[in-house]
Amino acid sequence: MSTTRPIATTRSATGIPTGKLAVWWVIVSEIVIFGGLLASYVMHRIGHPEWAEYASHTNTWFGGANTFVLLTSSLFAVLAHHAAEHGDGKKAAKWLLGTCAGGLTFLCIKAVEWTGEIQHGYTITANGFWHFYYTAAGLHALHVIAGCIIMLIIARQAWKGEELHRVELIGIYWHFVDIVWIFLFPLLYIAK
Amino acid sequence: MAEAGTVETHGAHTHDAHHEQSFWSKYIFSTDHKMIAMQYMLTGMAMALIGGFMSYAFRMQLAFPGETVPGYGLVSQGEYNALVTNHGTIMIFWVAMPVLIAAFGNFLIPLMIGADDMVFPRINRLSFQIFLLSAIILIVSFFVPGGGFGGAWTAYPPLSSTAEYSLTPLGSTLWLVAVALEFVAFLLGGINFITTLMNARAPGMKMHDIPMVLWMIVIASILFMASVGPLIAGAVMLFMDQVVGTGFYDPGRGGDPILWQHLFWFFGHPEVYVVFLPAMGIVADIICTFSRKKLFNYKLILYTVFATAIISFFVWAHHQFVAGIDPRMANVFTITTLIISIPIAEMMFLYIATLYGGSIRLTTPMLWALAFIAEFLIGGITGIFLGASGSDIYFHDTYFVLAHFHYTFFPIAVIGFFAGITYWFPKMFGRMMNPILGKIHFWGTIVSFNCIFIPLFVLGIAGQHRRIYDYQNFPDLALAGLQDLRVFATAALLVMLAFQAIFLFNFVYSIFKGKPAGKNPWKSNTLEWTTESPPPHGNWPELPNCYRGPYEYSVPGREEDYWPQDVPPDTAAAE
Amino acid sequence: MAEHQDHADDHGQSYYVKIWAVLLVLLILSILGPIVAPHIAFGFLEAWMITLMAAFGIALVKAYLVAANFMHLNVEKKYISYLLVAMLMLMLLFFAGTAPDVMEHKGQNWENVAAQAEVERALAADGEAAHGDHGGAHDDPAH
Repeated sequence: MSTTRPIATTRSATGIPTGKLAVWWVIVSEIVIFGGLLASYVMHRIGHPEWAEYASHTNTWFGGANTFVLLTSSLFAVLAHHAAEHGDGKKAAKWLLGTCAGGLTFLCIKAVEWTGEIQHGYTITANGFWHFYYTAAGLHALHVIAGCIIMLIIARQAWKGEELHRVELIGIYWHFVDIVWIFLFPLLYIAK
Repeated sequence: MAEAGTVETHGAHTHDAHHEQSFWSKYIFSTDHKMIAMQYMLTGMAMALIGGFMSYAFRMQLAFPGETVPGYGLVSQGEYNALVTNHGTIMIFWVAMPVLIAAFGNFLIPLMIGADDMVFPRINRLSFQIFLLSAIILIVSFFVPGGGFGGAWTAYPPLSSTAEYSLTPLGSTLWLVAVALEFVAFLLGGINFITTLMNARAPGMKMHDIPMVLWMIVIASILFMASVGPLIAGAVMLFMDQVVGTGFYDPGRGGDPILWQHLFWFFGHPEVYVVFLPAMGIVADIICTFSRKKLFNYKLILYTVFATAIISFFVWAHHQFVAGIDPRMANVFTITTLIISIPIAEMMFLYIATLYGGSIRLTTPMLWALAFIAEFLIGGITGIFLGASGSDIYFHDTYFVLAHFHYTFFPIAVIGFFAGITYWFPKMFGRMMNPILGKIHFWGTIVSFNCIFIPLFVLGIAGQHRRIYDYQNFPDLALAGLQDLRVFATAALLVMLAFQAIFLFNFVYSIFKGKPAGKNPWKSNTLEWTTESPPPHGNWPELPNCYRGPYEYSVPGREEDYWPQDVPPDTAAAE
Repeated sequence: MAEHQDHADDHGQSYYVKIWAVLLVLLILSILGPIVAPHIAFGFLEAWMITLMAAFGIALVKAYLVAANFMHLNVEKKYISYLLVAMLMLMLLFFAGTAPDVMEHKGQNWENVAAQAEVERALAADGEAAHGDHGGAHDDPAH
C-alpha cells in the first residue's frame, strides 16, 4: 500500500522531494483561491463606507484568541517536523495531536463566536460584509477541518514510524492555513 | 486500496510479474496512467457526442424555427437556452480539457519522460473519479425539475444567481457544482502533471530535451492552476447567492455583478491558452516527425510559450468591453490583447519555418496538424476585430464572436484531438488506423467545418445577435438571404456530424482489426516509441535513459533519418 | 529534508519557540493598535493610518516569519519563494484590473446607480442607528 510506489515517485530531478513539491503546488493553487476571495472583499470594503459600521460588530477578542490558538498550533506542527526529522515518530505524532487539538479549539471558539453573532441577527444574509465574513471564514474553517483529518492519519502513521516525511508536508499546509488566518484576522476584525 | 500489482516496489523491474487483475481493478479503478488516459479520452468523446447532439438540436431550431427536430422533438425557448449553454460548457470543460490535457497529458507525460507512471497514481485516479462525478452531475442537471441551466456558459449574474431570473433553481446549482468539481479534478491532475514533469524525468533528460508537447501541457496546467483560483472563489460566492440567499452579485445589497465577470474572465481568458497550448504542442511533435526536420528554434518557441502564458493574464477584460467597464481600462486591455497576438504569431511562423525544406509526409495526423495551423490562423486574425474595443462594440455578442470563437476552439479541441489521436493511436492500441478512412474523415470534417462557420461570420457582420431563439421575429434578421445562410450552416453541421461516424467506425475497427503497428511506426525519436505498443504495465522492462533532444531528425552523417532519444551516442552507428 | 539537515540542526526547538514568542508579541501589538490609535495620533498621522499599519503591516511581518521559519522557505530552493510571490503578484494584478469597476461606483462616462443608492441608503440607516443605541465613533478606513 503506502510503502510501495512507482519508481517515478522516488525520482527527484529538481532536488525537492516529490511530495513536498506537490504540496508547494497545492499552496500555489490555494493562494489564488483565497487571494481572489480576499481581493474581492477588499475592493467591496473600500467601495462601501457603510461596511465600517457592520464590521464594528465583530469581536476582536474572539479573533485574537483564535490567532493565538492557530499560531501555537503552528508551533506544534513545526516541532512535530523537528521530531520527525530526528526520526522520533512517537514524539512527532504527539506534537501532531497537539496541533490537531489546536485546530479543534479554533473551531470551537468559532462556533461560540458565530452562535453569538447569529443570535444578534448578524447572519450571512444580513448584508455584504457578513456575506464575506462568513464565506471567507467558512472557507478557511473547511481548510482547518481538512487539515485536522489529514493530520490524524499522518499522526497514526508517524506513531508506527512510517512515512515520517509526511509530517513536514502536513506542517507546510498547516502553516499556510495559519497564514491565511493571519490575513483574515486584520481584514475581518481589526480594520474597523 | 489493495490493487496488488498496480504499484511497484522500489527499484524492482519485475513489471511483468504481477498477477491477473479483475475487470474492475484493471479498467475501472486502475491507477495506471495509460488506463486513466483512456478513461478521460472515452469520457471526453462521449461528452463530445452529447455536445454535438445539442448543437444539432439548436441549429435545427435556428434553420427551421418552430418545427419538430427529428430525434429531439420541439425545442422550446427554455430548452434552447439550456442547449446552447450546456453545449458550450460541455465542449470546453468536458471535451477540450479532458481530452487535450488530461488524456494526452496522462498518456504522454510518463511515456515521454521515461517514467513508469505518474508520481501520484492514486491522486490521478481520484482526479478522474471526481471528473466523472462532475460529468454525471452535469447530465443529471438536464433532468431535474425546471430543466438545465440556460444562462450561457459564462453564467453572468443576476441571470445565474437568482432562480426568479434563471427559472432553473436546481439546474443552475447543479451546473455550478459540476463545473466546480471539474476544476477540482483538474487541479489534482495538474499538480500531478507538473510534479511528474519536474521530478520524474529519465536520467539525462535536461530541460531542453523535453518534447514540446509536454512543456505545453505542463505550462497549460500551471496556467490553469494560477488562474482558476479566483473563479473557484467566485463560484463559492455564486453558490451562496443561489442556495443561501446572499447578495454577492446584487448591487442593491452591496454586491456587484461585474465582479463575477472579472472573476470569470480572469480565469476564462487564460483558459483559452490552457487548451490552446496542448494542441499546439501536439502539432509541434507531429510536424517534426512528418517533415523529418528538427523543430525550428526549440528555445525560441519555448520562450514564446512563456510569453503567451504570462501575457494571457493581462487581457481578460477584453471580454467585457460592453459590460460597462471603465473606458480607460478598455484602452489598456485593447493594447495587451493586441500584444498577445505577437508571441502566437511568432509560434506560427516558427512552425512554418519547421516545415520549410522538410521532406513532408502527408499522413493523416500531418494533415490534421497542417489544418490546425491554417484554421487557427483564421481564428486568430478575426480576433483582432474583437480585441480592439472600438470595433468590439459593434461585433460584441453577434455571431461574429461565435464564429471567431469556434475558429479557435474547433482547431484546438477537435483538430488538435484528431491530430493527436491519429498520431498516437498506434502507441495506445498497438494497431494502425486506416489511412484511407482517416483522410476521407479529414476532408469531410474540414470542408464542412468551414461551411458551417464562414456563413456565421457573415451573419454576425449583418448584426445577428447570439442569444436569439427565433430570428423570424426580427424584421432585419428574418430576410430570406440571411435565413438561407442559417440553413446552409445547419446543413453543413449535419454533414460534419455524419462524417464523425467514419471516424468512430475507423477508431473501433482499428482497435481490434487494424494492422499491427510495431514499436515505432512513424520512425519518431521521443521515448514513448521505444517501448512496446501498447506499452505494458510499468511502460518499460528497464526504464530508459535520455541522451539527446527530441527532434534529432535527418542528422547529417547518420544512416537513419531519425535518432531516438534513448540511443547512447557511442552505439549510434550500430542502430 | 536530508539536504536541509545542516540548516535544520541549528534550528533547535528553542529557536522555534522564540519565533512563536515574537509572533505573539506582534499579535498583541496588532490588537492594541486600533485601541491606542486615537491617543497617539498626531499631525498628518491619523488614527486610521495607525490602525491600518497595525493591522496589515504586522500581518505581513507575521506571515513572513511563519513562511520563512516554520514553512522553511528560508532554506527551500529559491524558486519556490518566487513562485509563491508570483501568485501574490497575480492577485495584485487581478485587484488592479477589477477595482476600477467594482471598488468605484462611477468613472469616465459611467455610473453604478444601484451601488450608489445602496451606499446612501445604508449610510442613512447607519446614521439613524448611531443616534439611537450606541453613539460610538467609527474609524472609516475608506476616508
